[in-house]
Amino acid sequence: MAADVRQGRRTASAVLEEHLRRIAEREADVHAFNLVMEDQARSRAAEIDRMVAAGDDPGPLAGVPVALKDLLCTRGVPTTCSSKILAGWVPPYDATVVSRLAAAGAVFIGKTNMDEFAMGSSTEHSAFGPTRNPRCLGRVPGGSSGGSAAAVAAGFAPLALGSDTGGSIRQPAALCGVVGAKPTYGVVSRYGLVAFASSLDQIGPFAANVADAALLLDTISGHDPLDSTSLPASPPLASANLGRGADGLRVGVIAELAGAEGIAHDVASRLGEAVDALAAAGAKVEEISVPAVRYGLSAYYMIAPAEASSNLARYDGVRYGLRVPGADITEMYMATRSAGFGPEVKRRIMLGTYALSAGYYDAYYGKAQKVRTLIIRDFEEAYRSFDVLLSPTAPTTAFELGAKTSDPLTMYLNDVCTIPSNLAGHPAISVPFGTGDDGLPVGVQVLAPALGETVMFQVAEVLEAAAPTGGGQ
Amino acid sequence: MAGTSVMTGWEIVIGLEVHCELRTETKLFCSCRNAFGDEPNTNVCPVCLGLPGSLPVLNRQAVEYAIRIGTALHCTVQPSLFHRKNYFYPDMPKDYQISQYDVPINIDGWLELPSGKRIGVIRAHMEEDTGKTTHVGGGGRIHEASHSLVDYNRAGVPLVEIVSAPDMRSAEEARDYVEELRAVLIATGASDGKMEEGSLRVDCNVSVRREGSTELGTRCEIKNMNSLRSLAHAVDYEAARQAELLASGGVVAQETRHWDEADGSTHSMRSKEEAFDYRYFPEPDLVALDPGPEWVESVKSALGVLPAERRARVAEAAGVPVSSEAVATVVRLQLDGFMTAAVSAKADAGLALRRLANEVAGELADSGRRDLDPDGFVRLLLMEQQGELTSAQARTVLRALVAEGGEPSAIAAKLGFQALASGALDAVMDEVIAANPREWERYGAGDDRLTGFFIGKIKAATGGNADLRAATDLLRQRRSTAAS
Repeated sequence: MAADVRQGRRTASAVLEEHLRRIAEREADVHAFNLVMEDQARSRAAEIDRMVAAGDDPGPLAGVPVALKDLLCTRGVPTTCSSKILAGWVPPYDATVVSRLAAAGAVFIGKTNMDEFAMGSSTEHSAFGPTRNPRCLGRVPGGSSGGSAAAVAAGFAPLALGSDTGGSIRQPAALCGVVGAKPTYGVVSRYGLVAFASSLDQIGPFAANVADAALLLDTISGHDPLDSTSLPASPPLASANLGRGADGLRVGVIAELAGAEGIAHDVASRLGEAVDALAAAGAKVEEISVPAVRYGLSAYYMIAPAEASSNLARYDGVRYGLRVPGADITEMYMATRSAGFGPEVKRRIMLGTYALSAGYYDAYYGKAQKVRTLIIRDFEEAYRSFDVLLSPTAPTTAFELGAKTSDPLTMYLNDVCTIPSNLAGHPAISVPFGTGDDGLPVGVQVLAPALGETVMFQVAEVLEAAAPTGGGQ
Repeated sequence: MAGTSVMTGWEIVIGLEVHCELRTETKLFCSCRNAFGDEPNTNVCPVCLGLPGSLPVLNRQAVEYAIRIGTALHCTVQPSLFHRKNYFYPDMPKDYQISQYDVPINIDGWLELPSGKRIGVIRAHMEEDTGKTTHVGGGGRIHEASHSLVDYNRAGVPLVEIVSAPDMRSAEEARDYVEELRAVLIATGASDGKMEEGSLRVDCNVSVRREGSTELGTRCEIKNMNSLRSLAHAVDYEAARQAELLASGGVVAQETRHWDEADGSTHSMRSKEEAFDYRYFPEPDLVALDPGPEWVESVKSALGVLPAERRARVAEAAGVPVSSEAVATVVRLQLDGFMTAAVSAKADAGLALRRLANEVAGELADSGRRDLDPDGFVRLLLMEQQGELTSAQARTVLRALVAEGGEPSAIAAKLGFQALASGALDAVMDEVIAANPREWERYGAGDDRLTGFFIGKIKAATGGNADLRAATDLLRQRRSTAAS
């Protein structure tokens, strides 16, 4: 698509209109977007077309519509995090990833719906109503980046950005049948990503296929002086080894995740077929134990809420966003935050505040950080013998809307396979691999060591090629 | 209540927390200007306003200044971490402050007071400043104000907080500590030390105990002292309050108290139970700070001369103890250059020190002018040493020199202070003896009561220009010569 626009075979405007038409047809049902940036996108596409006409090269993503999760700051365009508390706030600056995509010629088509402040696994915890799974409107798209996953699955945009704190890119990618990747922590700048849990958050790509996801990641990765946790070295190229197959690679299937409680039998079957496919491609596949991943979920639900309780303190009604008046400053704080935050966000703020409180820190937050160290150690041990690891992405296919909203713990279990990579800071990708008994997409997760994006995308592409028809696009 | 009598038998124990703003070009975590007195909310950006999605990036210059301070305070400079200190306050944009907690950059140092006493420095850590809230209406007090205005220019300005050990024993010592610390901070170039602009802010922990006791009493933290004077007053008031309370069988509650300059007393702000739970945890947006030994070493070797060393030099030149008050005064007023000039001109350094610590310091305090240059000062010293001016005359000329400037000899002439060489004094002496033969006879016979008579005559005859000590010596000398 970008190549066509760059070489003048198609105009960016024509590409955009085609996508806007699909949005016009189905967005009312899907609700992938909080905001469709129709006017801005049209003038941007026209600008790209003028550049091409003038003989300039707009860049590797010339004229490609990209959807942005609505927690990426966009100068002059509202950024809501799907929360009432950010009502009316318009960022005065662009996130680094947004600047990089703009410099690469991308056309921003809209801001996508999400679970409020990225807290959730179904995009039902949005102040603006849920997103529906384009593959089956009665089902959730997963979350928290459900709007971005749905936008790609529905053909509203070929590419989208999401953020992944505990699986928020990979799980919705799996449930919507698209590719979604979380890079190594520090590979993509977090500057301008509204924080949920700073030590876990990473921005990553959604695409309909592995190669496009790799291209998108390669466009946004790289050191950013505005993010102190951004890695100084040049990032690995996600697309470097595409097309090289899996011959001779060593693949470990994580026993604790493949056999975890709650993994549906159809998901387990697809994982087994993925193993067979890799073996058929010449990889050496074995089961491997990574014992500490069993504690990942518990550690995550200490660390992420703790950081969130601090990150979300600033939404206090003093400077921007919602303000509900009160008799004094304390009442104003309470009224604003009570009205502005939804129940899931409040639950996590309370959990995190408690975990950090005097007398509890060591038992909760401190201990969770130790688990994190153990998980890293166990992964590193596994990567002595394996190039990549394999697991299901999500325990089940997309569930029905409302099925899990009343039971937070069941909802949290959705992320059991994805959380360990966030805790370790390692990359992982979800690739569509066939469908479940209900005909809905199943995802397989490829995990790699820190900065192992090259081999991770290489293996993901092999799986994509071997996937049974009916999964993915 | 603040009388000294209630303190009889009690010892005051004081520890100080001094917040020092660093005079960096830019703020601690962003590139906004670090400047005092600009239009409100003009030096702000997404980072220091804590806008969603913004991230901090540590300022290298601030780290260097923190290392300078640590080094000057004889601290160990170590790899450190930043933490978040969480509490809600409208002038804090993120509702947490990025500070250092259990692993600060500087630990275990000391500061030597001019008296020679060493005060322990527990830590000197880095943190960001908050914005500034102005409560409008209700006389500036928060609970009476109709609304509040916040200026975020100060939000994110780099601070170093210097926490002393509870080593001070009087208000005077607390004052000396702050004064000395201020001089050290200015000498490092890390701070301008301006208390009136809030570059230097002092919180004070005070407790009392029975004299001879080695246990620490329950302390109160006093806030809101805007000058050295209010610090001293607050300490004295608070110590007396606690001593009186304990003496009458009461107990001191651990709490934070507010110094009220207007009524000269401290008021309870919040008790220990009401104290914030700051929920410290490591700041995930920053990486560990490890300056490395090479950087620390290079900062150390580039550090300028500190007040203690300057005092040692002045004391050595003048041949007086380093703890002498005159030495402290000369160094505090940055008059060391005059000592150096006196020494290199081979003038009397002891005399130079006395003149600087008394007349020059006094005139600076009175007139606030500073027109004196080292050469003029040395010329005046030499005139006095060579007997061209009496010591009283020299002191008068020196004050005029400080206040108005000019050339010492010209000022002396203008004041009618004529050079009275010893030959001239001899001639006057001859005249006075000749005019008063009977008195001279009695004086010659040993009646010392007549010394005053003759000196009075000499004073009158010279129009006050005689060096009276020299005149007395000469008088005695004439008597012994006459007798032999």
